[in-house]
Amino acid sequence: MRLPIHEETPTETPDIAEVVLAARHVTKSFGAVRALKGVNFDVHRGHVTTLFGENGAGKSTLMKILSGVQKPTTGEIILDGQPVELGSTTEAQELGICIIHQELSLAPNLTVRDNIFMGREIRGRFGVDYAEEERQVRKLMEELEEDIDPLAKVEDLRLGQQQIVEIARALSVDARILIMDEPTSALSAAEVEVLFKVIHDLKAKGVSIVYISHHLEEALTITDHAVVLRDGTMTAYAPRAEIDLEWIVRNMVGENFDLGSPPEGYDFGAPALTVKGLSVPSHTDGELAVDAMDLDVKAGEIVCIYGLMGAGRTELLECAAGRIKPVAGSVELHGQDVSKLSISDRIQSGLVLVPEDRQRDGLVQTMTVGRNLSLASIQNFTRGLFTSRKEEAVIVEDSIRDVTVKTDGPEAMIGSLSGGNQQKVVIGKMLVTDPSVIMLDEPSRGIDIGAKAEVFRILAERAREGLAVVYTTSEVSECLSIAHRIIVMRRGKISAEFSHDTTKEAIMAASGESLVH
Amino acid sequence: MSATSTNGAVAAKKSGSFSLIKVLLEGRAFFALIAIILAFSSMSPNYASVGNFLIMANHVAIFGLLAIGMLLVILNGGIDLSVGSVLGLSGVFAGWLMQGVEVGNVIIYPPVWAVVVLTLCVGATVGVVNGILVAVFKVPAFVATLGSLYVARGIGLLMTNGLTYNNLSGDPSLGNTGFDWLGFNRLASVPIGVIIFAVIAVATAMLLTRSAFGRWLYASGGNERAAQLSGVPVKRVQVIVYMLSGVCASVAGLVLSSQLTSAGPTAGTTYELTAIAAVVIGGAALTGGRGTVLGTVLGAFVIGFLSDGLVIIGVSAYWQTVFTGAVIVLAVLLNSIQYGGTRRS
Ligand SMILES: Nc1ncnc2c1ncn2[C@@H]1O[C@H](COP(=O)(O)OP(=O)(O)OP(=O)(O)O)[C@@H](O)[C@H]1O
Ligand SMILES: [Mg+2]
Repeated sequence: MRLPIHEETPTETPDIAEVVLAARHVTKSFGAVRALKGVNFDVHRGHVTTLFGENGAGKSTLMKILSGVQKPTTGEIILDGQPVELGSTTEAQELGICIIHQELSLAPNLTVRDNIFMGREIRGRFGVDYAEEERQVRKLMEELEEDIDPLAKVEDLRLGQQQIVEIARALSVDARILIMDEPTSALSAAEVEVLFKVIHDLKAKGVSIVYISHHLEEALTITDHAVVLRDGTMTAYAPRAEIDLEWIVRNMVGENFDLGSPPEGYDFGAPALTVKGLSVPSHTDGELAVDAMDLDVKAGEIVCIYGLMGAGRTELLECAAGRIKPVAGSVELHGQDVSKLSISDRIQSGLVLVPEDRQRDGLVQTMTVGRNLSLASIQNFTRGLFTSRKEEAVIVEDSIRDVTVKTDGPEAMIGSLSGGNQQKVVIGKMLVTDPSVIMLDEPSRGIDIGAKAEVFRILAERAREGLAVVYTTSEVSECLSIAHRIIVMRRGKISAEFSHDTTKEAIMAASGESLVH
Repeated sequence: MSATSTNGAVAAKKSGSFSLIKVLLEGRAFFALIAIILAFSSMSPNYASVGNFLIMANHVAIFGLLAIGMLLVILNGGIDLSVGSVLGLSGVFAGWLMQGVEVGNVIIYPPVWAVVVLTLCVGATVGVVNGILVAVFKVPAFVATLGSLYVARGIGLLMTNGLTYNNLSGDPSLGNTGFDWLGFNRLASVPIGVIIFAVIAVATAMLLTRSAFGRWLYASGGNERAAQLSGVPVKRVQVIVYMLSGVCASVAGLVLSSQLTSAGPTAGTTYELTAIAAVVIGGAALTGGRGTVLGTVLGAFVIGFLSDGLVIIGVSAYWQTVFTGAVIVLAVLLNSIQYGGTRRS
């Protein structure tokens, strides 16, 4: 398959004036898996080069190679016209190359400050100069327009805030080549905008940036050069002026996807999930993260909850799932009060949550893909004392097919999957429990547009069969897809409610986003 | 470009030999055991005989029983330091029951089956206390079980005043004979202790690989939060795991005191460390979530066959200690190579 390749196609020897860092004929194999099959890639000097591609295309692998995390199986890396060997991340950093990882790489038990300066502590006369470090962190946070205490522990921060810390750490290095692997997957639109401002400033300072994101529209706004990777092979290169969304999608997956529309032609059933006057304390301070919320979701209905980071969406869903205890209010499932039930009892009675943070709450890294997928539904294939391997295999195979997980097979370790495919496992695991109410916290985090459409299609299909769906998102375009009803949350309360024929602007205004600027 | 092609060749060779290294790594306890048997057989003609193997297996059974309980706890990401003391306490408790218990003015001599059941309850109780401390009160496992190590040992000493019960064979006229059956009898010339060990090992292996509980245990040891959100009753799993470890220690205590026909309060001192060593040599990760019964059983055999072999060829006890320590360090080293290499950065 030969797609038209633009003149931006990398030349055998990179043009030093244009290209700061280049990969030539890079391949990477993990055992039998060939993640990269001879890739040429140019990082344009002082520009933003965006790398598009489906889940498992090899984007993160290529970035890890460019930043010294992994070594290529074959091929070479050329920095400023000179072939280089990047033995480690430290070596890469010394050459001015820094990476923001897709999966956060912070030490949860340390403070924000210590994480940012981990391994690069500022030495004063008496050991580490903590005051100076703290000052720099404050400055970074100001630049990112974030209100994060440098002395807060990372494990106490919300996922989005952790991602900000990860970004701040990369910024603090003063790299001349900055690689960002899905830096915005947990950020709200306002924060993304701030980040983009920062990227513009960096560009003005001559920093070259590689950007990866599955939020295509968003990524297009900062792209100078687009590159598409597909199945470990480059399929297209083009400057920004010549491309649009359609071009990316066509090169990425071969056809255009749309996120669907609310399923129609049937009546909603009885209320499936009812939340009454629910108040949930915030994890970090004494305030209420969720403040006397009421919510009603009927069987067959799809509700989207939109809100900024910290609006209380995660707390609401975690409380409904039984993970945290409310200070007031109740949760009812099909009219039955489930407030007293444990998480497992709630799952048994059909109320499930797909958590936001897949590393911390979603996956067991020591287990295989198959065992992760079947973890929540063990009872369904337990006969008497023992589990039935045959039935489990059927469940797992079906689920891998249903949510289109790209894997070597059920026996592969979960850690060998690409980020997006890990996310699909978390979603698939809950879908196979055959729930009657499914709550998904940022389900599209890190999954490509094809998979996103697939997940939404599955949800819409199940809704038609009577499943009640609640999902949260930070991307407005996802609100206006399959949801029958859109609820905007702000500071723990519902600030507005829309039907699916509303506009993006109305939703964003209700979330308080316009106030930020 | 010539550099590229040699790189490729090196990488290709690496991935070819990689699988061999992997096989050696994964089967390391097995290969270590074979090596030990071959080495000692060549040094001593008495080593490689069925009779000697059975005697050594009888020794291994004690550590092996403790190690299987320990494996469950370690899979959960915890540690149980109390098993050696529980072993001692169980022996003493059984001995105390065999001597007759005064209730009011009559002395009751419980039959052996009742002695066994009650003793197992002692181990289970200590285990449940450990489990509740760890699961509910969030006391670190190391500290909680260190506490019960002392308490259980202390109670054993209090019950006997530091002395040893020497007569455990019972009296036909009292109807409580048969306690030495556990330690002395043989079925098809295999000692009962070894058979008990084998049965418990197989049962635990089934529990781990085929039951929902086993899956829960691996999941909560690998990532407790994710397991909980997937509906795993993580606290219940934790308590049960410590309880089973306590029961295994009691079984070991019964077998040991039956083998010795005596029950001393200091029996099993530092055995918890041997049990941990067996689990680690068997390839389990102390961070939880990884490990198998087969590995642990092999680990127990490695330790047992090594130390008995050293005795047979006449190496001093001091050197035995050094050798055991070296084997443990080597095992942990291999563990970190195995698990460090497969994790994705
Ligand atoms: N350590 C590893 N062991 C085995 N296979 C791996 C490993 N790392 C990556 N892979 C495989 O390499 C392929 C590319 O993965 P990579 O993480 O680069 O994808 P990606 O393009 O970043 O996807 P995503 O958009 O989901 O993050 C995948 O098929 C993945 O399963
Ligand atoms: Mg990736």
